[in-house]
Amino acid sequence: MADLIARWQVWKRDPRVAWSVYAALALLLAALPFIVGATAGNAWVRILASALLYIMLALGLNIVVGFAGLLDLGYVAFYAVGAYCYALLASPHFDLHLPAWLLLPLGALVAGAFGALLGAPTLRLRGDYLAIVTLGFGEIVRIFLNNLDAPINITNGPQGVDRIDPLRFGSLSLAKTHSLFGLDTPALYNYYYLFLLLALLVIFISLRLENSRIGRAWVAIREDETAAAAMGINTRNIKLLAFAMGATFGGLSGGLFASFQGFVSPESFTLIESVMILCMVVLGGMGHIPGVVFGAVLLVVLPEALRYTGDLQNALLGRIVVDPADLRLLLFGLALVTVMLLRPSGLWPSPIRKREFAAGE
Amino acid sequence: MDILLQQIVNGLVAGSIYALVALGYTMVYGILGLINFAHGEVVMFGAMIALAVIQALVGTGIALPPAVIIGLGLLAAIPSCMLLGFAIERIAYRPLRHAPRLAPLITAIGMSIVLQNVAMIIWGRRYITFPALLPPGLHQFGSVVVTDLQIFIVLLALLLMAGLEWLVQRTSLGRAMRATSQNREIAGLMGININTVISATFIIGSALAAVAGVMVSAYYGIAHYYMGFMLGLKAFTAAVLGGIGNLRGAMLGGVLLGLIESLGAGYIGDLTGGVFGSNYQDVFAFFVLILVLVFRPSGLLGERLADRA
Amino acid sequence: MNFIRWYGIVLAAALALAGCNKGTESAGASETVVKIGSAAPLTGPQSHLGQDNENGPRLAIDELNAQGLVIGGKKIHFELVSEDDQADPKTAAIVAQKLVDEGVAGVVGHLNSGTTRPGAKIYSDAGIPEITPSATATDLTHQGYKTLFRMLANDSRQGTALGQFALKSGAKRIAIIDDRTAYGQGLADQFAQVVTAGGATVVDREYVDDKKTEFRAVLTTIKGHDPDLVFYGGMDTQAGPMVRQMKTLGLKAQLLAGDGVRSEEFLKLAGAAGDGVIASTPGLPLDQMPDGPGFKQRFEAKYGTLQVYAPFAYDAVMTLAAAMKQADSTEPSQYLPALARIKREGVTGPIEFDANGDLKNGAVTIYQDKDGRWQTLEVFGAAGAGR
Repeated sequence: MADLIARWQVWKRDPRVAWSVYAALALLLAALPFIVGATAGNAWVRILASALLYIMLALGLNIVVGFAGLLDLGYVAFYAVGAYCYALLASPHFDLHLPAWLLLPLGALVAGAFGALLGAPTLRLRGDYLAIVTLGFGEIVRIFLNNLDAPINITNGPQGVDRIDPLRFGSLSLAKTHSLFGLDTPALYNYYYLFLLLALLVIFISLRLENSRIGRAWVAIREDETAAAAMGINTRNIKLLAFAMGATFGGLSGGLFASFQGFVSPESFTLIESVMILCMVVLGGMGHIPGVVFGAVLLVVLPEALRYTGDLQNALLGRIVVDPADLRLLLFGLALVTVMLLRPSGLWPSPIRKREFAAGE
Repeated sequence: MDILLQQIVNGLVAGSIYALVALGYTMVYGILGLINFAHGEVVMFGAMIALAVIQALVGTGIALPPAVIIGLGLLAAIPSCMLLGFAIERIAYRPLRHAPRLAPLITAIGMSIVLQNVAMIIWGRRYITFPALLPPGLHQFGSVVVTDLQIFIVLLALLLMAGLEWLVQRTSLGRAMRATSQNREIAGLMGININTVISATFIIGSALAAVAGVMVSAYYGIAHYYMGFMLGLKAFTAAVLGGIGNLRGAMLGGVLLGLIESLGAGYIGDLTGGVFGSNYQDVFAFFVLILVLVFRPSGLLGERLADRA
Repeated sequence: MNFIRWYGIVLAAALALAGCNKGTESAGASETVVKIGSAAPLTGPQSHLGQDNENGPRLAIDELNAQGLVIGGKKIHFELVSEDDQADPKTAAIVAQKLVDEGVAGVVGHLNSGTTRPGAKIYSDAGIPEITPSATATDLTHQGYKTLFRMLANDSRQGTALGQFALKSGAKRIAIIDDRTAYGQGLADQFAQVVTAGGATVVDREYVDDKKTEFRAVLTTIKGHDPDLVFYGGMDTQAGPMVRQMKTLGLKAQLLAGDGVRSEEFLKLAGAAGDGVIASTPGLPLDQMPDGPGFKQRFEAKYGTLQVYAPFAYDAVMTLAAAMKQADSTEPSQYLPALARIKREGVTGPIEFDANGDLKNGAVTIYQDKDGRWQTLEVFGAAGAGR
């Protein structure tokens, strides 16, 4: 037995093994839409694309909450800013149709600016005061988006912005069906691939940030702000940077979302969304990138999977005891509670935190 | 002038209800450092249980004075909520007392969702009405209207707050609660049973929540499985405004928030010359909150704590 | 290794559940199953309305199956695929995709205008006809979707009818409140336009949102402007408490509202305070509908109180089926043209669609709450009278 474990340890570290695992994973991810589309239906491909968007969002929030330890309950505001940035500049609303390669980075930048703006007044606030202020900002952004249709119509108010241009890179439009290795990729699959590439990019950037001076500064602030300041870290700038960087990921996802759904309205950017994203980060394993990715996928897939409890009831009991629509959210809430009770540091916490947590008992 | 007075009256009443709910949040935060997201749902349960009893009594057709019917509703709601609060603490928070700070927050959110959906399954999706038991009891002062119910709510809230003050300042349980909120470990070393104190905190907060729930359903005439969410959020905002962890702060914050909302909705249009109207009333409330926190980062009555990680 | 095990278990469970595909009702050996999709909020604050949108089609499908339609030489067994869109546009998109994946031949939905928008795009791309029984935002049918039809008059017509009614009743000073949703604001804006053009003055414009129950601040301000009439663009769940608060504050103006308020739920929520409130519904009054009372009876026997939109949802399914019969095919591409040209008498009145997919000559009925029941006051725009 010990011999097997020893061999596993060696095998685990072999770079060739690592690369082949990555290659296999890449192939699986690339083939996934076709596999899922054929078995479970295109709705699940849409859910997967949605999950990729949320991965980006969760990683953005992870910078603020996970790395820097700043409890942000209004993160959805940056998502909204990015989405509206794209929507207003690429739709019949102002009759502007700016290209995607300009608008997506623009949305991210504008969201980043908002991040710094929203972070500025909160610098002196402690933990839960920060929470309520960020929550307030999230609501403020949503209310402004909902009401800036008079006296001048900027956002079109509650009606939202419709017929948003799909993403186009030069002559390659994501809305058209292309073919990949002889297989047809409808618009949905095209978006999935783009989201996959960008999600991988965001994961990569997060990993690099984690292991950089900035990342370590964030962790220092999270653990003990006074000590960090004493060590010469400019806590003010580092905190602002956390907000801004987290916000840019949100803004990028927002732009992608707007072009994907083709329609945005303020009702997509509620407080509950912010709370959901926070749950993804904490449930997955705060500060630990694989955990956050896992948390995002889980919390997107789970409510959808729970739609099928009706069939499950039929299969097990022969009839429906409780209406699945009622059951779905109830089970979701129970899942949240159970998971946190069983694994309080998250489903996939960073090994360092796990050791700290265990040592602290 | 009358309009202004009416707005103030409305604001005070709404604020009293916020204050009662905010007390629950602030007590729990003071002792555990935890935002009890599920507290709003306890208020909702109080309202629903009381309404179920009240509707049942009205349905039987027995001629009882309204005060008795509502009293019986309260009598059913308060112990139920106390039990609910106690259970929530034991199930969702006690196991996580030494966990990372955000873990109990997530269980709180989860409990909130669970409670909402349990209520939806038990009582259905539709709004439940408060039976027309109470006489309108209108009092006119010029063109300002004040109802009996409004006066009752404010008085009852004041009474309960005074009662809580007395409990916290003059009884040994209160002393134990204050000690525990100052420093849990040392309090334990001094012989205080921390678990009992924490449970008592939840139980008292939930009792207040039950009363607030009945007040809300009587004042607005309806109860709904989703009503706890927004109310809880506002009450939490009020608690933060006053300085979370501070009982007097919660009372002050609650009343202030009610006034800010009322005056904000009424006067934003005038203040901004028509550019912003009552559609920005929530923005106004948050704006005031943020302004207060910028100048007093620990809330209005919050102590200036040293920066701790 | 723990996390791998967890990951594996959860992933497997999720995929397993996903794999559990819908159980099909047993169709007879020679019967073809045709699925009709229904999308509405079945959970959340509007679920009481969403259930109407689900149960109307259920009743229709039960009746159609009892009839035993034969289309294209095959006996047809209809099946309802009902999904909950939670009144959220993102969920609506997923639900729409699900229905498309299920291979539904037609869709009844969605309830709200905000959810119909993303859904319409998905159904249109898949070529599946969609009839909404309740989404009234005017521009829904102006987006160019050839597959979207509307079973009732849109907010343009409704707002106009309400505005004309207000002017006719002699109101000169009007205050307007809307709940800042796509529906409420759209209706209120249309109303404001009509009454201003007709010479009345909008003395105050106030806003609430669709989750509040405290309206005293806004109502007090309105009281200060002394209006004859207060118009509310919003839902019954807010209008109920609102009218109660109006009464206690001594705001004596008439309250006028749209179809979101004209429900049984409002009567319950407002209680005695609702007496005298006037609200509209697109379509004819139930007792003037060709089969109104009969429908109400059949519906309430099975599903309890009829809220508002059940007859329209019922008619939507019946119309889809009628188009299929006319085209003698259940293939969307085959029966879509028949649907666009259809002319029939539904439970709700004459059904015919214009070039945009809007109902032609959609009537609007004005009702008043008298003694806890909605009584018909006036019918606007029925066949001929003013478009």
